[in-house]
Amino acid sequence: MSERTGEHRHAVTLTVNGVLREATVPARRLLSDCLRHDLGLTGTHVGCEHGVCGACTVLLDGEPVRSCLTFAVTVDGHEITTVEGLAEGGELSPVQRAFSECHGLQCGFCTPGFLCTVTAFLRDNRTPTDEEVLEAVSGNLCRCTGYQNIIKAVHRAAEIQAEESG
Amino acid sequence: MKPSPFDYHRPAGLGEALQTLAETGSHGKVLAGGQSLIPLLNMRLAAPGHLVDINGLTELATISADASGVRVGALARHAAVERAGSARAVQPLLAQALALVAHPVIRNRGTVVGSLVHADPSAEMPAVLALLGGSVRLARLGGERDVHARDFFVGPLESACLPGEMAVSAFFPALPERSGTAFCEVARRHGDYAVAGVAAAVTLDEDFRITAARVACVSVGPVPVVVDVTGVCGPRPPASVDWDEVARAVQDRIEPEDDIHATAGYRRHLTGVLVTRALRGAAQDAAQSTAHDAGEGRA
Ligand SMILES: Cc1cc2nc3c(=O)[nH]c(=O)nc-3n(C[C@H](O)[C@H](O)[C@H](O)COP(=O)(O)OP(=O)(O)OC[C@H]3O[C@@H](n4cnc5c(N)ncnc54)[C@H](O)[C@@H]3O)c2cc1C
Ligand code: FES
Ligand code: FES
Repeated sequence: MSERTGEHRHAVTLTVNGVLREATVPARRLLSDCLRHDLGLTGTHVGCEHGVCGACTVLLDGEPVRSCLTFAVTVDGHEITTVEGLAEGGELSPVQRAFSECHGLQCGFCTPGFLCTVTAFLRDNRTPTDEEVLEAVSGNLCRCTGYQNIIKAVHRAAEIQAEESG
Repeated sequence: MKPSPFDYHRPAGLGEALQTLAETGSHGKVLAGGQSLIPLLNMRLAAPGHLVDINGLTELATISADASGVRVGALARHAAVERAGSARAVQPLLAQALALVAHPVIRNRGTVVGSLVHADPSAEMPAVLALLGGSVRLARLGGERDVHARDFFVGPLESACLPGEMAVSAFFPALPERSGTAFCEVARRHGDYAVAGVAAAVTLDEDFRITAARVACVSVGPVPVVVDVTGVCGPRPPASVDWDEVARAVQDRIEPEDDIHATAGYRRHLTGVLVTRALRGAAQDAAQSTAHDAGEGRA
């Protein structure tokens, strides 16, 4: 579209899941669209595009952010981790395994956002209370699970993490 | 939906940013955390011709605290201010209120100063600045001015920051000794904008009597509504204050409106309840710090 409108394009370099990636995008390209359309990483989902649902959450320099509320040009030169980057050496991460074990997903639409959010949360807080877990996932919407199994999965992930580091 | 096209500027320094804002005038907008602006762009409720992205101006990512208060730079994110121990020690209301601003993930990007300029009457940070009588420093090409909170919030989503100006920092004053603060709100879900919310600051004398009490209410007027309730509260110990009378004094001053989330009457009711809760919390906080100071004095 921007080729047709003659809109100015910007060269952007991102380190996505440890790999240096380049794209040439108009300034208004959302990071979510850059990841999905320009870089072909469709694991990041887009629900609302105004920051409410959390499906598009990715890690920017390790911290969870809404990729639908970030322009790709703004984060030129930074590191992004998407759901595709959570597994280590072909093995699901503790958080991914816990979601699978505890049935923390049904249709899976919200899952990439939950996984990224919870991964950063459990890195910073390895033994969270019930209250802290509730707050940590309160910015992500799920229309299927009723949340209870997601909450269980977060606690289970903390357990797996502790077992494997202990 | 997607934003409409705009010209993108990424200044390398403050001078360049102010130059671009001066050149683009009313067509230019600052992009800080983007957590309020990008939703508006995505929904095409705003379509500025030029965006001046200040995310590269790391010299503005400052948080400095001394005995007089806390100064927060334009690129200090909500999360960084919430975590800053020095800011928490000097002005604890900042962290108390930030815990209620959106979700942690939004706080990783959103800025305190951006929240002030955005001037949402439901937002916590404007209420905190208004309650404490803080100020915002506005810079433009060739000059700057400090605007007191009382003049900064002009209307819903309208601040005193003019085209060509950029808010470079905000100052949140410390409170006198023997003071305490609290922020109480009711939201549909944790992290949502408040249906009603009250920030309170209380100062006690050596005999634990209230010598100053103020509240700032959100979501019940075009700007944060600050009410000084010292006259109705003091000089009495908190246990003998007529809290219903205090709540009524504040309810008389607010102008809530109906919307899809709540009726005006319900907001008025909630504000009364929250005024009492926040003031009692602040008084308790003040009593604890007074006892603590006294303890230190003896030691
Ligand atoms: C799902 C969701 C829930 C939220 N809930 C809450 C909530 O409960 N309470 C709350 O207070 N906020 C809430 N927010 C808003 C959030 O706090 C924003 O971060 C904040 O309002 C704006 O800060 P920002 O840095 O993101 O500003 P931006 O979005 O970048 O900018 C907002 C406006 O301010 C202007 N601006 C920003 N910085 C400057 C500057 N330095 N100089 C001049 N102009 C400037 C911009 O031009 C724009 O007009 C929520 C946001 C989302 C997406
Ligand atoms: S798509 Fe980004 S929060 Fe919903
Ligand atoms: S699993 Fe379907 S939305 Fe969460």
